[in-house]
Amino acid sequence: MSAVARIWARMRTSKTVVASGGILFAIALVSIIGPWISPNEYLTTNFDNILRAPTASAGHVFGTDDLGRDLFVRTMMGVQVTFVVAIVASVVSLLIGVLYGATAGFIGGRVDAVMMRLVDTLYATPFIFFVILLLVVFERNLLLMFVAIGAINWLDMARIVRGQTLSLREREFVQAAQLIGVSTPRIIFRHIAPNLVGIVIVYVTLTIPQAILIESFLSFLGLGVQEPQTSLGKLVNDGTKQMEGASWMLLIPGVLLAAILLCFNFVGDGMRDLFDSRRSQ
Amino acid sequence: MSLLDVNGLGVRYADKDVVSGLSFGVGSGESVGLVGESGSGKTQTALAIMGLLPGKAAISGSIDFAGTEIVGASERQLNTLRAERIGMVFQDPMQALNPYVPIGKQLRRVLLRHGISDGREVDQRVMHMLDRVGLPDPARQFRAYAHQLSGGMRQRVMIASALLAQPDLLIADEPTTALDVTVQAQILELLERIREETALLLITHDLGIIAGHCERLVVIEAGRLVEEGPTRKLFSEPRASHTRKLIDAAPRLDGDSPPAPESAELVLEADNVSVSYAERNERLQLHAVMDLDLQLQAGETVAVVGESGSGKSSFVRAVLGLVPMRAGRVTFCGQEVAGPLQARSIETRRDLQLVFQDPAGSLNPQLRIERIIAEPLTVHAPELDAKARSERVADALQRVGLDEDLLGRFPHQLSGGQAQRVAIARALIVNPRVLVCDEAVAALDGSVRQQVLNLLHREQQATGLAIVFISHDLAVVRSISHRVMVLYLGRLVELADGAGIFRHPRHPYTRALLDAVPVPDPLAPGGRLSISGEVPSIIDPPSGCAFHPRCRYAEQRCRVELPLVRPVGEARVACHRAEELEL
Ligand SMILES: Nc1ncnc2c1ncn2[C@@H]1O[C@H](COP(=O)(O)OP(=O)(O)OP(=O)(O)O)[C@@H](O)[C@H]1O
Ligand code: SF4
Ligand SMILES: [Mg+2]
Repeated sequence: MSAVARIWARMRTSKTVVASGGILFAIALVSIIGPWISPNEYLTTNFDNILRAPTASAGHVFGTDDLGRDLFVRTMMGVQVTFVVAIVASVVSLLIGVLYGATAGFIGGRVDAVMMRLVDTLYATPFIFFVILLLVVFERNLLLMFVAIGAINWLDMARIVRGQTLSLREREFVQAAQLIGVSTPRIIFRHIAPNLVGIVIVYVTLTIPQAILIESFLSFLGLGVQEPQTSLGKLVNDGTKQMEGASWMLLIPGVLLAAILLCFNFVGDGMRDLFDSRRSQ
Repeated sequence: MSLLDVNGLGVRYADKDVVSGLSFGVGSGESVGLVGESGSGKTQTALAIMGLLPGKAAISGSIDFAGTEIVGASERQLNTLRAERIGMVFQDPMQALNPYVPIGKQLRRVLLRHGISDGREVDQRVMHMLDRVGLPDPARQFRAYAHQLSGGMRQRVMIASALLAQPDLLIADEPTTALDVTVQAQILELLERIREETALLLITHDLGIIAGHCERLVVIEAGRLVEEGPTRKLFSEPRASHTRKLIDAAPRLDGDSPPAPESAELVLEADNVSVSYAERNERLQLHAVMDLDLQLQAGETVAVVGESGSGKSSFVRAVLGLVPMRAGRVTFCGQEVAGPLQARSIETRRDLQLVFQDPAGSLNPQLRIERIIAEPLTVHAPELDAKARSERVADALQRVGLDEDLLGRFPHQLSGGQAQRVAIARALIVNPRVLVCDEAVAALDGSVRQQVLNLLHREQQATGLAIVFISHDLAVVRSISHRVMVLYLGRLVELADGAGIFRHPRHPYTRALLDAVPVPDPLAPGGRLSISGEVPSIIDPPSGCAFHPRCRYAEQRCRVELPLVRPVGEARVACHRAEELEL
């Protein structure tokens, strides 16, 4: 699709976007390949070898935890989970948000008013407590968490897409298509949707760090992923318990988490600048 | 010794010269016009004189302003120069005004910068200046924000702001391009009045404006000087062919109107069309169009003319079904077409096409030109295969005089004129019977505008296309209109055939519109002011004849009684005094 190709070309003009994107890509790649080539398993415990500081010689580059498990492999697993949560939650919010927002914006009038009042109501609901309650009552599982995070994030997406659709609907090229006799679905697909791609992509990159943060927060509270699975948030949580004797258990996942969040934010901000500068030209 | 001396000026971006070897001067107290087509480097020259070019521009040559060299001057020197000696007025005043600060406060800053600090005196001088530039009720406007003013009023504020600094030179870059002709005439008259205080460099693409308001002319093309000299001499005996071309391209009021079409087949008829919009917060009805009729024959062009807000667009959009009608009937080829667009048959929708004012806005930025032009075929001729379709596209392209290598481009890669032709090609590809052009040439320069008008005329000759042509400028429509309807605040004030209305207008408003047109002739420049003020609010229109507050012939009866449209001579006019007035 030409719209996507041009967004890609545009992204490559910004150094920040390219650099941060490169770092994210590298982290993702290592997190997939690392556990695969490492001799250690993320489940294997070794009580002769607990709380070992990182050393390359012993084969534990990130050290081991209080159960003697290899922290490199566990951290990489955590990174994978974090990325998956981020992507799934963003896709959920993207699908719901775009469909909901575009429908409200294009139909307009009463339907729009009712749909957006619903969004306002949901906004006012303290969702995070709701999620915590859910996770406490029901058995904790990853799926529930994805849905919960996506359900929080789609509200913003719906608002943004609706606003954009409303203004696109008034644009003259849409009126021109209506006059020609182009059908409504075709107008949405050929004239509205391609003009939404830019803003949606920018917004998704900005929601990813939010999703990661929520996941880490839940995991930190012990409500997220379950043992023996792990995520960066959970690793940080484990790390705080061993903060005094084994600071690496906190530092390594903490730094990684911060780096991932920062990079996503840089990509998002950089892209927003790119699109804003086009708007003001 | 001149005040401003530009010598061998060059402006270069990366590998592109936008201005090269340009030399001209402005004497103190003189008014000079800088003329050229869009993209010829006029604004770049102005910015160079103001020292406002962006850092990536490479400047060469010299600009001497009263002994100070501007090229290479320090930012500090430039600031002083701009604050005290050179004023500037831009095309879009909204961009130059701060939307969050009241007008009066913004103007006050100009004086404070000049070291006048006595609060009372400052306010008085600002108020006095607002009064001088013709802003009604200066005390109220003093506290108003930019968005509460009309375009013309904002431009007056900009001029006031420039004049408060008492500059030696005022640079005005297309100061009236965004305005109605009537308001344009008022602003030009204002610039004329302030000439005692300052020299003027007036930048424009419209030779009509220059003719009446500048002593000397500098014509440029592609960043180079074409010709320079006294205005009268250049108009009477231009040496360069480019100057000749610019003069010929400027719209004029004299000359012939096209002969009436032979056939008398009525294609489109609208009766008693009214359009109202609901003002959401005030629960008011805004009557944008009241009781308008239209009869359009095959091969005929009807112009719809009036100032901004007179309801031109609302009227044609209601006829096309884009906005709902409050009342009225539309008949196409003898059949009544039901109201909204979605309810109309696919054939009617094919036969009624519209071209918008903003060519860029009416083309989807994400689609290539080929797909844009071909889109109507996917609806109206889905049976065509790829080959037949691209033949039709090539044919449409040729009709509007465009090259085939544009097909692979995106809209932002086209010039305004090219984009407008693409929009016309898209409308013409399905061979409609009626083409509505809503200010379709307003955004285009003189010669490009003429080309588009010629193209429409040719198409009409060849296919019997009927055209409704909307414009706020009577001069633009003269050469193509068989009949002209003049609207004021949503009502018809005069309807007459082209030849008649230009030679013998019967309504004072039509007369005023004609007077306001600047004519490219230094001996009879037009652009006179037989109308003052601006269009009143349509929410609360004046009683009786809506035009009476601005009409110099108004009498008691006009204030209370609404004049009905009635035949006067060959025309139909809504004025109580139409018969007796000699306009
Ligand atoms: N969608 C709308 N909602 C409310 N008011 C509107 C709407 N469209 C137009 N109007 C108002 O209706 C009146 C007539 O507007 P219209 O656009 O028809 O004028 P016009 O003659 O085409 O002006 P212009 O020369 O500026 O294009 C104006 O007062 C305008 O503000
Ligand atoms: S009716 Fe009266 S106010 Fe209206 S145009 Fe005629 S003379 Fe002027
Ligand atoms: Mg209009």
